[in-house]
Amino acid sequence: MALLQISEPGMSPAPHQHKLAVGIDLGTTNSLVATVRSGMSTVLHDEHGHALLPSVVRYLSDTVVVGHEAQAAQSQDPVNTIVSVKRFMGRALHDITDRAHIPYHFVENDSSQGILELKTRAGLKSPVEISAEILKTLKLRAEKALGGELTGAVVTVPAYFDDAQRQATKDAARLAGLNVLRLLNEPTAAAVAYGLDNAAEGVYVIYDLGGGTFDVSILRLSKGVFEVLATNGDSALGGDDFDHRIYCWLLDQVRSKTADFKPLNEEDTRLLLTKSRQAKEWLTDNHEANILGKLNNGAFIDETLTVNQFVQLTEHLVSKTLTPTRKAMRDAGLSVEDIHGVVLVGGATRMPHIRHAVQAFFKQEPLTNLDPDKVVALGAAIQANVLAGNRSDDELLLLDVTPLSLGLETMGGLVEKVIPRNSTLPIARAQDFTTYKDGQTAMAIHVVQGERELVSDCRSLARFELRGIPPMAAGAARIRVTFQVDADGLLSVSAREQTSGVEANITVKPSYGLNEDQITAMLKDSFGAAESDKQARMLREAIVDAQRLAEAIQAALAEDGDKLLTATERETIQTHLDALLALCQGTDSQAVKQGTEALNHATEAFAAKRMDASVQKALTGKNLDSLEL
Amino acid sequence: MQNYFELFQLPQQFTIDTAVLDTNYRKLLAEVHPDRFVNASAAEKMHSMRTATLANEAYQTLKQPTARARYLLQLAGIATDEENNTAMPADFLMAQMEWREAMDDARFARNVAALDNLLQDMRQQARQLQQQVAAEITRAPAEAALTVRKLRFIDKVSEDVNQLIAQLED
Repeated sequence: MALLQISEPGMSPAPHQHKLAVGIDLGTTNSLVATVRSGMSTVLHDEHGHALLPSVVRYLSDTVVVGHEAQAAQSQDPVNTIVSVKRFMGRALHDITDRAHIPYHFVENDSSQGILELKTRAGLKSPVEISAEILKTLKLRAEKALGGELTGAVVTVPAYFDDAQRQATKDAARLAGLNVLRLLNEPTAAAVAYGLDNAAEGVYVIYDLGGGTFDVSILRLSKGVFEVLATNGDSALGGDDFDHRIYCWLLDQVRSKTADFKPLNEEDTRLLLTKSRQAKEWLTDNHEANILGKLNNGAFIDETLTVNQFVQLTEHLVSKTLTPTRKAMRDAGLSVEDIHGVVLVGGATRMPHIRHAVQAFFKQEPLTNLDPDKVVALGAAIQANVLAGNRSDDELLLLDVTPLSLGLETMGGLVEKVIPRNSTLPIARAQDFTTYKDGQTAMAIHVVQGERELVSDCRSLARFELRGIPPMAAGAARIRVTFQVDADGLLSVSAREQTSGVEANITVKPSYGLNEDQITAMLKDSFGAAESDKQARMLREAIVDAQRLAEAIQAALAEDGDKLLTATERETIQTHLDALLALCQGTDSQAVKQGTEALNHATEAFAAKRMDASVQKALTGKNLDSLEL
Repeated sequence: MQNYFELFQLPQQFTIDTAVLDTNYRKLLAEVHPDRFVNASAAEKMHSMRTATLANEAYQTLKQPTARARYLLQLAGIATDEENNTAMPADFLMAQMEWREAMDDARFARNVAALDNLLQDMRQQARQLQQQVAAEITRAPAEAALTVRKLRFIDKVSEDVNQLIAQLED
């Protein structure tokens, strides 16, 4: 038997070593983790052989249970067993319109502006914390299966998620102790898995109906480049809504047949929802479903639901997916004849009437040769493998877009769009504004996301104030507001008064997000009670960061050090590098952080030179040696 | 700093080979995209984001004919002044009004097909103006500025028509 090699603790592994990177599909109903092993993307199973982890979290008084065990307890302990938490990510209480039919105790957190929390027996839990429990479980599963600590993860999000929902997902991953390599849009991940598997070229549509979200993306696939042409969707439409239609029908039936029908309690609500989901799944392969059960309030259920009835009940939901589909086609400037294939993703696309509707719309049979539950995780794993640096050929390039327009509130509650939807990422745009009154010294900036003209119809992302504008006549000041959306689709906004240079920078921590301090505090809490534990953990994290940087700099020096740096420049960087590596042998986490910062600073000019060289190399195909620099 | 044409190694003129633009854009992004710098230092990540952002902006500018013409004039030191200068020849204004009326009729009749036809008409008109601007840009830049303003008008109406279609289809 071959012996496994393990490096000394704290020593960085050799750069060419295979990095453990995973793709995680954090779904409304189920979540999965996948990785690339021996060149193949594979879903990782738990010790019972399950690939799907039900996205269900149950809080007991001193422990947390995630997955099948939690799912089994949902009818008996509905208040403390949270399903479909993804629907609440980045949402305020007033966003959840069907609260009456959800058996949780919702609370508004007054310290973080409307962010919603759920009251459980383990205390108040935010959707970010609940999602982090699911992610932690998947992280553990992966580390067990792969036999080591993860370098990083690509976590998928619905393409139509807004900034608040993306930020919440990233926060949850960080809270779970994951190094997030990238947030990846679910349909794009599916396109990668499908495209590489089938050597597909041309224009493809990904129709992704999950448990709670709907996305449609149109991509051009060409020689390893996956270019999103347009995306659209509905972040509150999914398989759950089909369950809910059956639930309402079932309730009507039982109510009409029971004299003196008493209101449902939480257990009954959950039971009916579970029965509804089972009936929906049964109807995929059968003509009718029998629904039997007994409610706590004494009523009996004995109903038969036929496929035709089900289709009628949910017809409007199916057509609700076609509206975004039409919009995406328009935005891409394409007609159905231009489409080479339509890939179905998400468990809800198993419903036959969905398939028929998609087929009728695109005038072609949809492609279903990949498991619709797994394709997103498989694609995310491929991207994670590339991002971690395991693939030597960098053929794969994903060009994604921002799903929703970003804008600013102007006079009269109107939105001035700054970045239009379907702009390729990363993107930055600036917009100039001026003062309204003489002597005005401050300006309130309100960032919104959405397609409507009125601020009140869009999602409010952030408000901040630019202060210290020198007093001038109305209209004389020049305030330039710059929006930058990064490759994760996350927005940061900065504002600057041009004549005086007064500046305000914020990363948009949406009204419902967590701030940096809250994350740090939560992370610290999760480290355990002992102060020494926290110190050790903080040191470990600082060293991991430092080593990641040192490794990057060493690789850059080896590649371009001779070509781009003078002896003195190289020596300065080497000195900082050596100093940092020495600090990593010590126990002072603060010093390690400072050393990391110093090395970063010392390599600024080198980084700029390397980027210029990359631009030259891209188009001339020349190596650096042959370029005059 | 290189201008957008130099960045993609294209001749600085209105008529460009869009296939070359596409190819060179992809080549460039393949080198500078933030996905290539996930494990790099913070400084390199920042430069990667800036460069990729610039490449995206440059690509969109050259890809879109109105933006390309505007940019060429800007490089020649001529402002198209689209915000302030809204003076238009009478015949163009008439055509404008007809489009707006057709749009209102279609809104009232909820007629998406009519709006699609309208878009076709405007696309046709835009193509003519694009040919015109290609000739004007070197020969008569001041006239080219007017043509860009006309194109901007058409882009704006097209945008409104598209928005109306989206509303009607909702």
